[in-house]
Amino acid sequence: MRAVRLWSVRHSHGLMKLYDVFEGLIMAVEPVVRRVGYDRLEKPVSVVENGLKSAMFDCQMCGQCALSSTGMSCPMNCPKNLRNGPCGGVREDGHCEVKPDMPCVWVKAWEGSKDMVNGNIFDVQRPVDHRMKGTSSWLRLMRQKKEGTYPRPATTARADAGKGAS
Amino acid sequence: MKSKGQLEAKLTAGEFVITAETTPPDGADEASVMDKVGCLKGLVDAVNVTDGAGARAHMSALATCAIMAKNGIEPVLQFTVRDRNRLAIQGEMIGAPALGIHSILCLHGDSITKGDQPDAKPVEDVDSKGLMAMARHMRDTGTFPAPSGRKIDPAPGLLIGGAETPRDPDENFNTKGIEGKIEAGVDFFQTQFAYDIEVLKRYIGALNDQGITERAHFIVGVGPIMSAKSARWMTENLFGVHVPEHVIKRIEGAEDEKAEGRKVCAELVEQFKEIKGISGAHLMAPRGEKAIAQTLTEYNLRG
Amino acid sequence: MMTDEPMDDAATGPLNEGPAFPDMMNPGPVDPGAPLAPLPGHTSRGRLERILRAGEFAVTAELSPPDSADPMDVFDRASIFNGWVDAVNATDGSGANCHMSSVGVCSLLTRVGYVPVMQISCRDRNRIAIQGDVLGAAAMGVANILCLTGDGVQCGDHPEAKPVFDLDCMATLEIVSKMRDKCELDSGRKLDKAPELFLGAAANPFAPPYDFRPIRLAKKIAAGAQFVQTQYCYDIPMLEAYMSRVRDMGLHEKCFIMIGVGPLASARAAKWIRGNVPGVHIPDDVIKRLEGAEKQKTEGKKLCVDLIQQIREIEGVSGIHLMAYRQEESVAEIIAESGVLKGRAPHAVNPVIPEYMQQRFKVQA
Repeated sequence: MRAVRLWSVRHSHGLMKLYDVFEGLIMAVEPVVRRVGYDRLEKPVSVVENGLKSAMFDCQMCGQCALSSTGMSCPMNCPKNLRNGPCGGVREDGHCEVKPDMPCVWVKAWEGSKDMVNGNIFDVQRPVDHRMKGTSSWLRLMRQKKEGTYPRPATTARADAGKGAS
Repeated sequence: MKSKGQLEAKLTAGEFVITAETTPPDGADEASVMDKVGCLKGLVDAVNVTDGAGARAHMSALATCAIMAKNGIEPVLQFTVRDRNRLAIQGEMIGAPALGIHSILCLHGDSITKGDQPDAKPVEDVDSKGLMAMARHMRDTGTFPAPSGRKIDPAPGLLIGGAETPRDPDENFNTKGIEGKIEAGVDFFQTQFAYDIEVLKRYIGALNDQGITERAHFIVGVGPIMSAKSARWMTENLFGVHVPEHVIKRIEGAEDEKAEGRKVCAELVEQFKEIKGISGAHLMAPRGEKAIAQTLTEYNLRG
Repeated sequence: MMTDEPMDDAATGPLNEGPAFPDMMNPGPVDPGAPLAPLPGHTSRGRLERILRAGEFAVTAELSPPDSADPMDVFDRASIFNGWVDAVNATDGSGANCHMSSVGVCSLLTRVGYVPVMQISCRDRNRIAIQGDVLGAAAMGVANILCLTGDGVQCGDHPEAKPVFDLDCMATLEIVSKMRDKCELDSGRKLDKAPELFLGAAANPFAPPYDFRPIRLAKKIAAGAQFVQTQYCYDIPMLEAYMSRVRDMGLHEKCFIMIGVGPLASARAAKWIRGNVPGVHIPDDVIKRLEGAEKQKTEGKKLCVDLIQQIREIEGVSGIHLMAYRQEESVAEIIAESGVLKGRAPHAVNPVIPEYMQQRFKVQA
């Protein structure tokens, strides 16, 4: 599985584009989803989402996907679940402190994010809402975009704020 | 003696003890702790400090207890398994005696979904029996539990408490749960509110028959009832609490419901003193430290 | 030891004359741990922020908490640093080994007047416990809190414990800043009194991905970090490269950067650390220098002094953080020899411990 995950990071540029197309696509089907009902679709959609994202990214179904901010490297694979960058324990070969045979999720994320056109690795990510575990982040994204509540307004801190870069 | 606390000394000497309960303040102010519990100084043998009551964040129980100990009120530090893993809990158990905290109460804690941070991660690394076992292991062996085994010198001298709910001993009554906790390390129990004196007598009687009250001290929960409405609410909403109808009626009929509630509480405490197997009373009232102090002084409950 | 006349107070403002929280129950001598008078532009009422904002080169050291329930063990460990450092870090289960809790250690230190930096790791507590600890520590007079991720539980002697990591250090910084600045908890519930704190974070310029490290620092500053203490530095060129990027981004103007240093006991110890402590980078020439020395321990201290003197010259560095694990007794000597204090005498406390804390804590079972 890890080979596929690393492939995904290597191709983050293409995947990001694909993701943008996909995002347009899911917004197009939103009216249908709304008619059928979000709650009724939660289970089937999360099963499909889980299958696809598990294969591509080793998705842990945290329900609040941050892939676009992390160079397509899922931060929930970090043993410390770090969503804002690598801890200080990364080994000199770029491997994980806790799992020495695994490349650090964030070393990969940083490589991936360099290839991404509009990734937002500078954003300070909110802590995980543990209630959302196992639920579909696609449906949540769809609903929030439609209702104008996306991105989550809780934090706006950015590392490059005030420096004119983005 | 296991601890350096007065609570253990009194329990061991067979004196009837009185404990109370407080919730830490929501702020970073040392003085606000004593503003809240200062009224209980000299009136009770120890005061429990709740740990994230209602699954909401308050000042840490350890710090609250340390401030109380410094100011001459013996604390009982409550631990829940909801917010910390064993590394954090053991660290606090070692720090406690250094800060003048000699007794702890091990609980499971309210569910995280009940509080105002339902998005937080429930930790539950160990269960409440695990807490008791950890505390006893460190106290009795002077080492961290396996696989660590590292030495702790001096060991944390802690009197270990657990919670129980008095109930009518029917044909399904068994004491396995209580005995399990005693085997895990409990030295004393503090119970849920017991307003039904007849049920309590039968419950303690059953424990006496099994020799359980010889193995651990029972400090029975009670408190000044604020109103007839609050008595009804407790019966309906609090697990294992039953305020008998005649008590509610009596409070309802009184001119001053609060005063009658204190009287009911005081009468119950006096009755507890007469029941063999009861070692003390644990007075609880949400945001009611002053009401507890008033009950104790009005009726001179410490004798 | 040191003079009783602390120069830092003369340099940075008047001392608070009396206790801020008069203790009604125990009217006694003046509380040595009482907060200082508030100063404009300061978020805490502690000494470390004053030193740094006054532009002094600050020195902090790390205290490893005891495996003991006796307060005297904490005081004994702190007294080694008395008068030599501006603050003492109390670690929170570092290396994922269990010791006395950092809230416990800090609560004791503030009573005597020591200046602690309380470390909070995200490994062992969820957000409910972390917020409680912050309030409790602030109430006990702790003015400095350092938020860090924490080592994985696998590193320590309780590998079966559950890693919590409910928050990461970034979220902890944000939540604690919110408690301080908006006087409310993460849930939005209001506080009676906000904690007055100087907020810190950890940084490691010496671990990959190297070019992401300054960005990570920028994120921490955006989340609320006012000072950082770094991992051990043994590689000056690497630090210079990092600091040059940090200066380009203007980060040294938004945050005080303190560089971690420590004496190596021997070449063997250095090799062991390099092989076994992820995140610590020790170049070959450091090991060679130790190997070539007659007395390796002395050379280790000399190396540390040399490093401090080079670090001090780097633009944007505000201080050093001395981590002399199991060589705590050498801290004073290293500081004195490095001349880093430039004749300044950090605040010293009266090392007389109140009698009620002095009792040995042996309990007969």
